[in-house]
Amino acid sequence: MTHHLSRRGFLGLTGAAGLTAAVAACGGGTRIGSGAASPTAAAPTFTGGEYAGPKVTLSYWNGFTGGDGPHMRSMVDAFNKQYAGRIEVRNVTRRWEDLYPAVPTAITAGNGPDVAIIHNDWIGTFAARQVLIPLDDVVGALELTESDFIPAVWNAGVYAGKRYSVPLDVHCLADYFNGAHLEKIGLQDAPADKAGYEQALSELKKSGVAHPFWMPNKWPAHLMFMSLLWQHGGELYSEDGTRALWGSEQGVEALNWMVRQIDDGYSPAKVAIDSQYAAFKNGQVSLTWDGIWQINDLKGNAPSLKWGLAAIPNIGGTAAAWSASHNFVLTAQAGKDANKVQAAKAFVDHMSRQSTEWAKAGMIPARNSARQAPEVAGLPQVKLAADVGIFHFLPALPGVGDVQSKALELAVAKAVLKQASPADALKEGVATADKLLADNKRKYAQ
Amino acid sequence: MRWWTPYAFLAPYLALFTVFMIVPIGFGFWTSLHEWDINLPAKPFVGLGNYAELFDPGSVDGGRFWTAMRATGIFTVASVPILVVLPLLVALLMNGRFAGRNVYRAVYFAPYVLGVAVVGLLWRFLLDGNIGLVNHYLGLDVQWTTDLPPAWIALVGVTVWWTLGLNSVIFLAGLQDIPRELHEAAMVDGAGAWRRFLAVTLPGLRPVLVFVVNATILASANMFGQSYLITAGAPADQTKTAIYLIAETGLRQFDMGTASAMSFILAAFLMAASVLVFGAFRDRRRP
Repeated sequence: MTHHLSRRGFLGLTGAAGLTAAVAACGGGTRIGSGAASPTAAAPTFTGGEYAGPKVTLSYWNGFTGGDGPHMRSMVDAFNKQYAGRIEVRNVTRRWEDLYPAVPTAITAGNGPDVAIIHNDWIGTFAARQVLIPLDDVVGALELTESDFIPAVWNAGVYAGKRYSVPLDVHCLADYFNGAHLEKIGLQDAPADKAGYEQALSELKKSGVAHPFWMPNKWPAHLMFMSLLWQHGGELYSEDGTRALWGSEQGVEALNWMVRQIDDGYSPAKVAIDSQYAAFKNGQVSLTWDGIWQINDLKGNAPSLKWGLAAIPNIGGTAAAWSASHNFVLTAQAGKDANKVQAAKAFVDHMSRQSTEWAKAGMIPARNSARQAPEVAGLPQVKLAADVGIFHFLPALPGVGDVQSKALELAVAKAVLKQASPADALKEGVATADKLLADNKRKYAQ
Repeated sequence: MRWWTPYAFLAPYLALFTVFMIVPIGFGFWTSLHEWDINLPAKPFVGLGNYAELFDPGSVDGGRFWTAMRATGIFTVASVPILVVLPLLVALLMNGRFAGRNVYRAVYFAPYVLGVAVVGLLWRFLLDGNIGLVNHYLGLDVQWTTDLPPAWIALVGVTVWWTLGLNSVIFLAGLQDIPRELHEAAMVDGAGAWRRFLAVTLPGLRPVLVFVVNATILASANMFGQSYLITAGAPADQTKTAIYLIAETGLRQFDMGTASAMSFILAAFLMAASVLVFGAFRDRRRP
C-alpha cells in the first residue's frame, strides 16, 4: 500500500513540476493585458506598372469550390503564364467555412496566404485582427473610384479610415424556379410581388405540387430573413454597431412570413439542411431562394431540369436582397516582404481587370463599367443588378460573423422549427446579440 | 539497486508524457485563465473569469455551453448501455461454432472501418426527412435530422451501427480468454446456460467490461462528427455536443480562453464518470 502511495505521490509531484514549467514557459511569451502590437513595416508604395523585383511565389487562398472554381483557376493560370519567371501564384482553394478559421492561424504560423479573396463582412474582422494590410495605393494606381462601384460594396472595404480590399464581384440571393411547374399554372417567370407570389404558391399546390416552396431552417434561412427584414424597412445593426435591430416589428413580420409558408402548407415542417435545394434539383420544389453561385451547379448537375432565375419577390414593400461581395486582400504575411507586397499588388491589379471573365463563373461584376460590356450584360445573373439599390450587405463590423451565427441564425432556426414564436425567438436572439456586440466592441477596441 | 533506478527506467516515457500531455494540459489551463484570442496581440489575464462566465446561465457562452453539455449527456446516457449490451450479445454469438462464422464477424466489424465523414454524409442523406430513403422505404414521415427526439434516435442508431463491431471484437477476445474448463466444471455441477453466463462468463469478462464501459463513455462523450455532419446541431443547436461547441468556439471564433475553460469542465465531468465506473466495477470479494 505504501509503495502504491509513493508512486502516486511521485507522479503527482512530477505532474506539478511539469505544470509549473509549462506555466513559466508560456508566461514569457504572453503580455498580460498589453495591447501593443508590432506595427507592420511600411510597405513600399505601389505605383502600378510592371513588377521589377526578384522572382517571388505568392500563396493565393480562395473558397471557390463550386462551379466558380475552374474559372478562377484558368485566370490564375493565365496570370502565371504571363508572369512566368517573375511571379508564381499558387492557388489554394478550400471551402469558405474552413478558409476563414484557418487564415489567421496560418498567417501566424507563416504558412498562410499572401493574397486572398474574402467576403465583405469579414474585412472588418480581419482588419481589426491585423491580418490584412491597407491597399490605398493599389486603388490609387488602378484608378478605381467609388463612382464605378456599387457604393455599399466599395465602402465595405474601408476600416478605420483605410482601404483593405479591392472588390471583385457581387452576388446575391435570387429566386430559382422550376419552369415546368410554373407553366402548369400559366406563368413564364416567378412572380415579383407578394400577392402574385402567394397566389402562385396556392395554384401550384392545387396543380399537384405537394410542397412548392420549402422553408429551410439553416443556410440560406438567415439570408432570406435578412432580405425580408430589409424589404419591410428594417435594419440589422445600429450604425455604431452596439445594438441589434433585427428584433424590430419589421423583423417579426419578416420571420412571420417565413413561418407562414409552413402553416399554409407550401413547405413541409422542419426541412433538413440543404434538402430544399436537393429537392429543387429533383423537381419536387417549384420555387427556392438561393445564391447565384448555384447557377453553374444547376447547369452542370441538373441538365434535365428546366429552371429559371429571377430576383426574389418584393414581399415587404421595398425591393431588397441579401448580397455579398468577393474582395481581394493582402495579408500581414505578405507585408513582411516588400517584394511580395509589390508582386501581390500586381496580381490584384491584373485580376481585377478580368471581371468580364469572372462574370462567366456566375457572379455579377462589381464594376459598373464591366456590367455594361455586351458579353456580360447577357448573362442570366446580370439582370438582377438592374437596380443595384436592392443589394443590401452585412455591415463590416469586427466580429459580426459571431453575432450572426450565435444569435441571428439561431433565432431564425428556432422560429422555422416552431420551437418559439417568431417574436419570442427574435427577442431572445437580440438579447444575445447585444451582449456579443458589447463584447466585440471591447475586444476589438484594444 | 539505487533508489532512482526504477525512475531512470521510467524516464524515457515520462519525458514523452511530460512533453505531450503535461505541458499541453498546463498550457491549456494557462490559456483558460485569459481572454485568449489566437491572433489578437493582447491576451488579458482574466483569472477564473472564463469559468465564471460558463457557470453564469445568463451569459451567452454559459447558456450555449450547458445546452451542449446536456446534449453530450443525453447522447452518452442513450448510447452507452446499447453500445455495451448489444456488442456483448453479438460477441456471444460470434463465439459460437457455426458455418460462415468469419463472414458474420467481418460483417459486424465492417462499418467500423469507415471514416466518420463517410458515415455522416451517407446517413445524412439516407435519414433526410423529406428526400431520404429511410422514410421512403419505411413509409414514415419522421424528421430524423431536424426534430427531437428523432434526431437523438438517429444519432445513437448511426453510432451503434458504426461502432458496434469494435466493442464486439473486444468482448470476443475477452470471451476467448475464459478457460473452457470453468464452463465444463460448471456444467458438471449442473449449471444451465443462463447460470453459466452469470457465474462464469460475466465475472471472467469483468476487466474487459470495465475497459469497454469506460472507453465507450469517453468515446460517446467526445461525439462530434456525427452531429456535425448529420444534424449540423439542428434543431436549434440542441444536438450540438460539447466537443462540437468547443471546436467551434476555439477554432472558428478563435476564443481559445473560453474553449479551454469548457474543455477543463468537460474533462472534470469525464474524470468523475470514470471514477464512478471503476467504483462500480470494483471487485468486492477482496477486502
